[in-house]
Amino acid sequence: MNEYKPVDVRLYEKVALIRRVEEAIAEIYPSDKIKSPVHLAIGQEYICAAIIEELLATDYVCGTYRGHGVYLAKGGDLNAMMAELYGKKTGCAEGRAGSMHLVDAKQGVIGMSAVVGTGIPVAVGHALAIKQKKQNDVVVVFMGDGATEEGCFSESINFAAIHKLPILFVCENNQLAIHEPIEKRWATPKIKERMATYGIPAHQFSEPDIFSIYDYAKTHIERMRQGEGPAFMECITHRWSEHVGPNEDYDQGYRSIEESIAWRKKDVFLSLGQSLDPEVRAMVDKRIEQKIAAAIDFAENSPFPEPEELYKYVYA
Amino acid sequence: MSTLDNNRLLKYYEAVNEGCEQAMQEDDSVFLMGLDVDDHKGIQGSTLGLVDKFGPERVFTTPLSEDAMTGVAIGAAMAGQRPIHVHIRMDFLMLCMNQLVNIAAKSHYMYGGTVQVPLVVRTIVGKSWGQGAQHSQGLHSMFAHIPGLKIVAPSNAYDAKGLMIQAVRDNNPVIVMEHRLLYGTEAYVPKEPYSVEFGKSRVIKNGNDITIVAISSMVAEAIKAAELLAEQGMNAEIIDPVTISPLDSTTIEKSVKKTGRLLIVDNAWLNCGISAEISARVAESDIITQKVKIRRLGFAATTCPTTPSLENVFYPSPKSIAIAASLLCDPSNTWEPTEQQCELAYQKNFKGPF
Repeated sequence: MNEYKPVDVRLYEKVALIRRVEEAIAEIYPSDKIKSPVHLAIGQEYICAAIIEELLATDYVCGTYRGHGVYLAKGGDLNAMMAELYGKKTGCAEGRAGSMHLVDAKQGVIGMSAVVGTGIPVAVGHALAIKQKKQNDVVVVFMGDGATEEGCFSESINFAAIHKLPILFVCENNQLAIHEPIEKRWATPKIKERMATYGIPAHQFSEPDIFSIYDYAKTHIERMRQGEGPAFMECITHRWSEHVGPNEDYDQGYRSIEESIAWRKKDVFLSLGQSLDPEVRAMVDKRIEQKIAAAIDFAENSPFPEPEELYKYVYA
Repeated sequence: MSTLDNNRLLKYYEAVNEGCEQAMQEDDSVFLMGLDVDDHKGIQGSTLGLVDKFGPERVFTTPLSEDAMTGVAIGAAMAGQRPIHVHIRMDFLMLCMNQLVNIAAKSHYMYGGTVQVPLVVRTIVGKSWGQGAQHSQGLHSMFAHIPGLKIVAPSNAYDAKGLMIQAVRDNNPVIVMEHRLLYGTEAYVPKEPYSVEFGKSRVIKNGNDITIVAISSMVAEAIKAAELLAEQGMNAEIIDPVTISPLDSTTIEKSVKKTGRLLIVDNAWLNCGISAEISARVAESDIITQKVKIRRLGFAATTCPTTPSLENVFYPSPKSIAIAASLLCDPSNTWEPTEQQCELAYQKNFKGPF
């Protein structure tokens, strides 16, 4: 959060940083310098950018294996992220995490998990600790629609609601679990309605309206700081990339390019960028390109961990 | 076992309770959660009174939700708390496997040392009075397989308290495998807080003829068997590993070097279990140079039945331990103790229902 800049600029900074980092990764990927599966969130950046914008440094976020955006939006170190993707010692987990398990404890980025849904109760545990320690912080946990099918999702929402924990659940609903559409996975896709039965505020955003999402998150994060308990947000969205890897895959037949065209017309990165003063935007864009170039340079010039470091961190 | 001047006998469950209580007194970040920890029975007495002493914010029940509750405990631990998560039977840990194996065990490593998971998971193994297929499993070997987890198995009240305190102080996820039948057994337990070191096997009884390594409740059974063997002139050395992971096999190897015979009695199945691991370590040992005879006893390779007539032959017993040890000492031995000689008070006294 930076109060000296207008909110549209702040949001654009986040959206653009994530978009450009993801695109840079996709560009580097064929070189095999990145030693990790990558799950890109191109097209979905606006959600985490909007929701994380009002968080403080002491607050927590928990993302998924498609978590570059959440990590960056919360202020995770870009150099350490890029180095981690390269498998370097200077990576955020010293080369033990890759793209799927990004972490930045200093910035409140809870380590991410590659097993769908498992981060949700872990995030709730952080919220429990906040309440036990009588702190004022909040947690935001992001998940895909697939995670809502895991038992631990419902279990976690229930526990957080019972104890009125300061946690915002955010479902980025791109209607796909790998390649399977939500209609084949849920008897009814009424995720938001189900969540409301736990007695918590639940709201669905069917459009990529970054300012509405921002406002709702801000209101409910404030509520949580007052001890009023969890809330649930469902954001319908669209994944531009293949499930894993740097490419698009509309030629694979499991989804249509038409659906994508509709979403791309509403691309927040473009519309938000166009709405800014061109000079301001140019400055933001320039800084982002510099940061990315520096991060790639940092990753490429960092050493790999030594083989004798294999046993480091097995036990604390 | 106590080096402190203290003549107080405490039951196993009282020792567990006192260990939890003193760990909570020692550190405000320690809390206790799990189904029934705050009810009028208090996990067979082992958590009784704690909610009155520490309040419902530090001692609270949970929805069953074992999977998510394990994740919640892990998350709280990452955020600086020290949860003790209680399960009244070890079988229920199967619902926690994903969080324990994929998150708790791996986080410190996977996140490059930037987070720790000081989590204690308390579990109780059931036995007899029809505990049956899903209330009886000793699943320690499954957890011992996973780097990043620790698993301890107190065989007596002294260790129950000392291991509990040490488990809470440890910065890693620790599973404490208690045993229901031991809950009523007594030992001398100091009043003040103390810890029992992890990774240090204890020689329970010295002997020269055979090494018996016994785990959890099998320690009591092995002690009874050793008494019977002594009457026959065979002197068994009994070793309790105390902690399954980390495992101190050096103490075992030194003993086997002396006796040349090893009988491992596990409170679990043999296949791919800790008894196989101990055998392998003895086989690979650099300090043992002579040929060693090894035998293992454990659960029969079946599901645990409920009826006593089958259950009696499912478990190792003082009788089967004594016979196996006697045959290891001399294959021509035909001696067998009588059923009456083999009776164990703690087993006879347990009438359930839980």
